[in-house]
Amino acid sequence: MKIHEYQAKKILAQFGVPIPRGEVASNPHEVYDIAGRLGGTVVVKAQIHAGGRGKGGGVKLAKDPSEAEAIAQQMFGMKLVTHQTGPEGRTVRRVLIEEGLRIKKEYYVGIVIDRASQRPVFMTSTEGGMDIEKVAAETPHLIHKEYIDPTAGFQAFNARRLAFGLGLTGDLLGPAAKVMFALHRAFESTDASLLEINPFLLTEDGKLIALDAKINLDDNALYRHKEYAELRDYNEEDPLEIRASRYGINYIRLDGNIGCMVNGAGLAMATMDIIKIAGGTPANFLDVGGGATAEQVRNAFQILLGDKNVKAVLINIFGGIMRCDIVASGVVEAARSMGVTVPMVVRLEGTNVERGQEILKTSGLKFTVADGMKDAAEKVVALAK
Amino acid sequence: MSILVDKNTRLAVQGITGREGTFHTRQCMEYGTKVVAGVTPGKGGTVHEGVPVFNTVAEAIEKEGANATVIFVPPQFSADAIMEAITAGMPLIVCITEGVPTLDMVRVSALLARSKSRLIGPNCPGIISPGKCKIGIMPGRIFKEGNVGVISRSGTLTYEGVGQLTNRGLGQSTCIGIGGDPIIGTNFIDALQMYNSDPDTHAVVMIGEIGGTAEEEASLYIKENMKKPVIGFIAGQTAPPGRRMGHAGAIISGGKGTAAEKMAAMRSAGLHVVTSPADIGDAVVHALKGGR
Repeated sequence: MKIHEYQAKKILAQFGVPIPRGEVASNPHEVYDIAGRLGGTVVVKAQIHAGGRGKGGGVKLAKDPSEAEAIAQQMFGMKLVTHQTGPEGRTVRRVLIEEGLRIKKEYYVGIVIDRASQRPVFMTSTEGGMDIEKVAAETPHLIHKEYIDPTAGFQAFNARRLAFGLGLTGDLLGPAAKVMFALHRAFESTDASLLEINPFLLTEDGKLIALDAKINLDDNALYRHKEYAELRDYNEEDPLEIRASRYGINYIRLDGNIGCMVNGAGLAMATMDIIKIAGGTPANFLDVGGGATAEQVRNAFQILLGDKNVKAVLINIFGGIMRCDIVASGVVEAARSMGVTVPMVVRLEGTNVERGQEILKTSGLKFTVADGMKDAAEKVVALAK
Repeated sequence: MSILVDKNTRLAVQGITGREGTFHTRQCMEYGTKVVAGVTPGKGGTVHEGVPVFNTVAEAIEKEGANATVIFVPPQFSADAIMEAITAGMPLIVCITEGVPTLDMVRVSALLARSKSRLIGPNCPGIISPGKCKIGIMPGRIFKEGNVGVISRSGTLTYEGVGQLTNRGLGQSTCIGIGGDPIIGTNFIDALQMYNSDPDTHAVVMIGEIGGTAEEEASLYIKENMKKPVIGFIAGQTAPPGRRMGHAGAIISGGKGTAAEKMAAMRSAGLHVVTSPADIGDAVVHALKGGR
């Protein structure tokens, strides 16, 4: 789960990570008041779930409350486009107002799960404020990495090495190591999958501060962090994807015109791939789940047909434990009750496939029954044209 | 022959008294798997589906000689179940459960590395040596005994590949679903090593997907060591970056983990790479005839 910068900073502050003074606002009046309370130059930062906000005009300096209010006036409701939002952008609904800081140096600090070593890796780099993927690709020696042994835990030497990786020594070593400890504790205690501070600042007056903050939480661990459930911002998600998640269906909306309903994530991706090979474009990824019932099939239908770009539907089910005749009945029932008008291609394989196909053929509905994935993809692409 | 599981496998089921555990225990037994014990803490001494139930994994090993276990417990208890099995010295642990927190798996992985146990999964369909032993949730009847090894990060896509093989008369030695999570017990290389030294495996199908670099690492291994043809497919060639495609591990992040990168690595390592998932079966037939 992604959360906003202001939410991430609130969490970090609870673990003792220094953050700039600031408050979040949802209208220009609040912005005026907050800027007044902070005093001096402030920074107005649009809160959306995407990076690259500065370049897109979502981060601006204001020298007084009136200017902050004027800037916020522009920002609220604007569609902020960054390299991570896609061309449609994201609507700005909240802004974070923070004190302006005098920057001496900018660093990068981040923790992610390293899949190869199967443990968290804590990284620091002197190349702050840059795209870290670019740094990793072009100048990997500028990233210092500490792999955290889960048995030994995060130790003081790890924290010191990370600080030295930033060239922070002498009087700054102690405070820097303390921040590293706090960041690690925040990562572990929240079950984060990613924690990134970019930039991490050294100010002119010698303070270390997390100027930006990004935290992604592990969806699978949210059950033990009920307090974070309310951080989910539904405005940042596609309405159909929200509905799907309520049914426990994995659905991702794409920009094509062939709706797909598949059981299993791998097969669902492979179905998208074969549609592309056949010359079409998938409208979605949809994994209806392992033990899909007739009701679940109906829910999935409603979601994928909720996308008005869908011109044809491909249902690809490899029935194992889930029997094809049950799937077929569910499909027929759903298509009938919903009055589906777009052409539907159905490919069934596995347990009770003959009975399943018989149910489709005798339903009186216009199903095109396909034999294998290739045939299914070619048929649906032809029908979508 | 086969790898990891065969007629000598004596299976324990952790979570045998639950709904999933009950259903799949029955299915595995019908396939011919010797299910010798169940483990449900607090229900020790009872009998479920004709199988003696124990409180601990250690008892299942001691009293019934279990040498493999399959885990059907909810995700919040899975890491605990795996760690209990590791600590009891269970040689093979198969965790079917989807949704185990990643940091739980970090801890499991550290314990696993210091043990002699092998873990398959989590978030996987399991392992099957057709005609001998099935541990997991896969539909037994689509498999056929033979000489092709299959390793995959997916469930139903594995069935798709296996279905194509069986339809062409090609049986399988052992098929392993290694799981769709970012941290898993057995990776492609572990499985490839075992297939490499199994005389009855003549070719291997490797089904990968977007996310991580496991396929790239496996490609290097194959290039250096593999004596048998490997047929590769990567799911998610059309997946958008930054989105998790159903599996927790299937995500292109920071521009890394794309299907294109993986397919390029596999090609340069000499694998038979198919672009279409419908071509897996034919590619195996072709590779076994010595074709390039």
